[in-house]
Amino acid sequence: MTDQKQKTLDGKLAILADAAKYDASCASSGSKSTRKGSAIGSTEGMGICHSYTPDGRCVSLLKILLTNYCIFDCQYCVNRISSETPRARFTVDEVVNLTIEFYKRNYIEGLFLSSGIIQNSDYTMQQLTLVAKTLRQQHRFGGYIHLKTIPGAAEELITEAGLWADRLSVNIELPTELDLKQLAPEKKKPEITQAMHGIKEKICETQSDRKAGMKPPKFAPAGQSTQMIVGATPTPDSEILKTADELYTGQKLRRVYYSAYSPIPHADSQLPGKSPPLIREHRLYQADWLLRFYDFKVDEIIVRPDANLDLEIDPKFAWALANRAYFPVDVNTANREQLLRIPGIGARNVQRILSIRRHKRIRTDDLRKLRVAWKRAKSFVITEDHNPALSDLDRDNLRYLVVPKEKQLTMFDTFDAALKGEL
Amino acid sequence: MRTIVIDNFAEWRALARKLILDAVRPDEIQFADNNGQQTLFGQTINANDLDGASKSDSNTTTADQAKPLRVPREFLSLAETVGYHRSESRWNILYRTLWRIVNQTPQLLKITTDDDVLRLAKMEKEVRRDAHKMKAFVRFRKIIRDDEEYFIAWHRPDHNIVRKVAPFFSRRFKAMNWTILTPNESVVWDQQKLVYGDGVPRSEAPTGDELEDLWKTYYAHIFNPARIKIKMMKSEMPVRHWATLPETEIIADLLADAPRRVEKMIREHEGFAQTALNVIENRTELLQSLEELKQIAANCTACDLHTHATQTVFGEGPVDAKIVFVGEQPGDREDIEGHPFIGPAGQILNEAFAAAGIKRESVYVTNIVKHFKFTTSETGEPSTSGPAPRGKRRLYQRPNAREIRCCRPWFDAEWSFLTNANLLVCLGATAAKAIISPNFRITTSRGTIVESDYCPQTIATWHPSAILRTPDSTQRQTKMNQLISDLSLAKAKSDTSTSRLV
Repeated sequence: MTDQKQKTLDGKLAILADAAKYDASCASSGSKSTRKGSAIGSTEGMGICHSYTPDGRCVSLLKILLTNYCIFDCQYCVNRISSETPRARFTVDEVVNLTIEFYKRNYIEGLFLSSGIIQNSDYTMQQLTLVAKTLRQQHRFGGYIHLKTIPGAAEELITEAGLWADRLSVNIELPTELDLKQLAPEKKKPEITQAMHGIKEKICETQSDRKAGMKPPKFAPAGQSTQMIVGATPTPDSEILKTADELYTGQKLRRVYYSAYSPIPHADSQLPGKSPPLIREHRLYQADWLLRFYDFKVDEIIVRPDANLDLEIDPKFAWALANRAYFPVDVNTANREQLLRIPGIGARNVQRILSIRRHKRIRTDDLRKLRVAWKRAKSFVITEDHNPALSDLDRDNLRYLVVPKEKQLTMFDTFDAALKGEL
Repeated sequence: MRTIVIDNFAEWRALARKLILDAVRPDEIQFADNNGQQTLFGQTINANDLDGASKSDSNTTTADQAKPLRVPREFLSLAETVGYHRSESRWNILYRTLWRIVNQTPQLLKITTDDDVLRLAKMEKEVRRDAHKMKAFVRFRKIIRDDEEYFIAWHRPDHNIVRKVAPFFSRRFKAMNWTILTPNESVVWDQQKLVYGDGVPRSEAPTGDELEDLWKTYYAHIFNPARIKIKMMKSEMPVRHWATLPETEIIADLLADAPRRVEKMIREHEGFAQTALNVIENRTELLQSLEELKQIAANCTACDLHTHATQTVFGEGPVDAKIVFVGEQPGDREDIEGHPFIGPAGQILNEAFAAAGIKRESVYVTNIVKHFKFTTSETGEPSTSGPAPRGKRRLYQRPNAREIRCCRPWFDAEWSFLTNANLLVCLGATAAKAIISPNFRITTSRGTIVESDYCPQTIATWHPSAILRTPDSTQRQTKMNQLISDLSLAKAKSDTSTSRLV
C-alpha cells in the first residue's frame, strides 16, 4: 500500500478495519438505559445488528483500531511488530467524526475501539479513552462504546475508561499460560487476569453503591467480555472451557468469545496455515451455552477421551449418548434440570413446557408445535402419546439414526465446508 | 354476521371491550381493515358509526365502561403488537382469543401450543422482527437545505410498523431532523414532535450520500474472506431489504474475490519456520551442560542471520556466576573472533567493570541475539548473499523482532543453567525490551532494580555501544558514569543477596 493511500481517510479506514476484524465480539447489548443528556444516540438494552457481511457476522459497531502500529509481537496477530502489514494511525478526531457521521446515518450502534500498542500501554490507553470522552462530552453521544483495555495500562486509566464506555474488555487471547508463553510471550496471564479483576471489582462497587441508594457515575454498564483464539495451538476444548468457566464464575464476565484461528495476511510461518476451524468454534459456543444456561459442568460436557468436543454432533446430544441411563425423561413429570438435559429441547422451550404442563398434558404434537428438534429428542423423551422403545436407547448407531451421516455438515454453506481444512 | 371496519388497535380495543361485554360471540362478527374497499359479504359498519349508533340506541355506554372486564395485561401487549401485522385476520383471531380467555380459559395464553395462541405468537414475532429490522436497516441520507441538515430514509417494512418504531428513532436521533418514508406511511421528526403522513414512492427519496463510499470501504474490510456463511447473512439480512442498503452493492464482488484471498493468505507467510527452540528440542539428549548447549548453538540455522555471519557467538563466563549480563548482538570483532564483548564496546564494558569493582572472569556475559547482523551496502539494504566482499566495511544493523524471538530460546536455555545467578543486567534497549517488557525505555527507567520473568532482580542500563556513539564528550561521560553507577548498584545487590529467588 502506498503512503498516498494511507493519507486518505478511506485508506486508513481500510487498513484499520482490516486490522480489527479478527476480534469476534460485536455485541452492543447490555446497557439498559441511555446516558442522561445525550443528544445523539441511545442504548436500550438490546443491541441492533445494522448489517451482515458474507461471513455471516453482524455489523453492529464501527470496529476499528486507533492504530495498527504495535510494539508487541504476538504471533497470531496480523499487527505484531514483526509483520509486514501496512500501517496507519487515526487521529482522535478522525475516529470521533467517523463514529458520529456513521451513527447519524444509522449504519452503526456505536464504536468498538481497540489499538495496537504505541509508545507504551498507558499512552495507548489514554488515547482510546480520549476518543470515548470526546464523543460523550463534546458530541453528547449516547450510543454504545466498547473499549478494549490495553494490557499493562495503569488501573486509574482503566477506571477512567469505564466512566465513558459501556463495555470494557481484556482479551485473554489464548486459553492457557503455556499457549501465551509460546505465541504471545509479552502478554502475561496474571496481568490479564488482574486487569479483568480490577474491572470486575469496580463494576461490583458501582452496583453496590447503587443498591445502597447512592448515585455513582456509570461504570461499564454493559459489563466486560473477552476473546480466546481457538486452534492456533493444540490445547484441547476441555482446557478452553475450563478457562471460560473460571472467567464466568471468578470474573463475572458477560461473554467469552471464541474465535477460530483464521489465516491472516502476513502470517507467521510458525502458525498453522489453514482455514479456520469454524465447526469447532460453533461447538464451543454451544458448550458455552450449556455452561451458562443449562447447568452443565465442564467435566460433563467433555465426553471424549481426547478432551475435545465431538465435531459431528452438538455437545448436549453427545452428553446424552454417553449418559443413556439418564433417559428417557418424561416431559410431563420431569423437573427443570432433567428437562434441560434432553437433546433438541432448548432452555426457552423448557420454560414453555413447565408452563403448559400446569394446564394440560403434553403430547408429541405439542413438542412439534414448540419446534423442538424432534429427530434428536424422540429417543430420549416420554410424552402423553409417545414412549420410545428402550431398545432404541441401547442402539450402537443411535447417533447416526438421529443425525444421518450426510446431513451433518449442512449447518454451514457448502462453499464454507469446501474451504475449511478440519473436516 | 356483521363486518366492522377497524383503523387501528385503539379502535379495536374499545370495540372489542364493548362486544365482549355485550356477549357477542366470535362467529357473529368479522373485523376488516379500513383500506377503502367494500367487503363482499354482509353489512359493513364503520367502527365510529357503530360507536355513535350504540350511544343513541342505548344508555348503557357509561355503565358498560365501568363494568369490570378483566383481561391479562399480557394479552393487551400481545394484541397491541399483533395490531401492526398486515394480516387482515389478526383482529378476528384476537377477538376469538379474547372471547376464549374471558369465557372459557383464563390462562389460555400460557398454553403456547394452542392454535390461536400459536398464530398470535407467530404474528407478534413477525412484527417484532420487522420492527427490529427497521431499526437496523433504515439508512439515512443527508441533505442540506437553508444551511440545516436533514436526514431522510426510504424503507420498506413488511408490516404497518411506522408508528410502532418512530418513537425509538425520536429517542435515538433526538437532536436531528429526520424523515422516514415508507410506501404506506411516513413520519417526520423536527426535534420536537413526530408527525405522520402518507406513504411515498422510493423515487421521492434522496439517491445518495457522500458517506456511503466510506461505509462500503468499512464493510469490505471488516469482512473476513476465510469465513463464508452466505445463508446466515441472507437469513439475518433478507434480500428484499438489499435495495435500500448501499453496502449490499459490493457483496457479489467480495464473494467473487474471497477464494483467491484465502488461498493467498494460506500460501504466503512471513518469518522463519523455526526458532532456536526447534534446534534445542531436537537435541535434548545432548543437553547436559552449558558447554554442550554452546556446541549445539554453533550450528544453529533457525533464522537467516547465520548465512552471513562468521559464527555463533555464545555467552561466556563461569556457570556459577552471580551476575549475568545480556547485550543485543555480537559486533564485527566478536563475529570474527567468536567471543562476546571483545571489540570497542567490550573495552568500554571492561572499563566500567573495573570502576564498579566487578571481575570480568566472575560474571557471565552474553547477547540476546547470537549472530552478527550487518549490511555492506551504503543504502542500508540488508546484505543478501555471502560474507562481506573484501574491502567493504560491514555496517551494524539492529536485529528485528522476528530475529530476536527466533534466537531468544538460546538465552532461555543459558539462563536455565546459570542457577547461581541472582542479578540480571540488560545492556541496552533491545535486551531490556526482550527481558523486562516491550514497554521498557532505557532513558526513563534505567538504573532501577525491577522484577522480570527471568530474575527478581533485573536492571537495565546503557549499552556500551550507545556510549561510544554519543558524539558530545560531556554527555558521553555522563552516560559512562551512569553505566558505572548502575553496575555498582548491581554488584552491591548481588553481593547482599544469597541466591536467586524464583
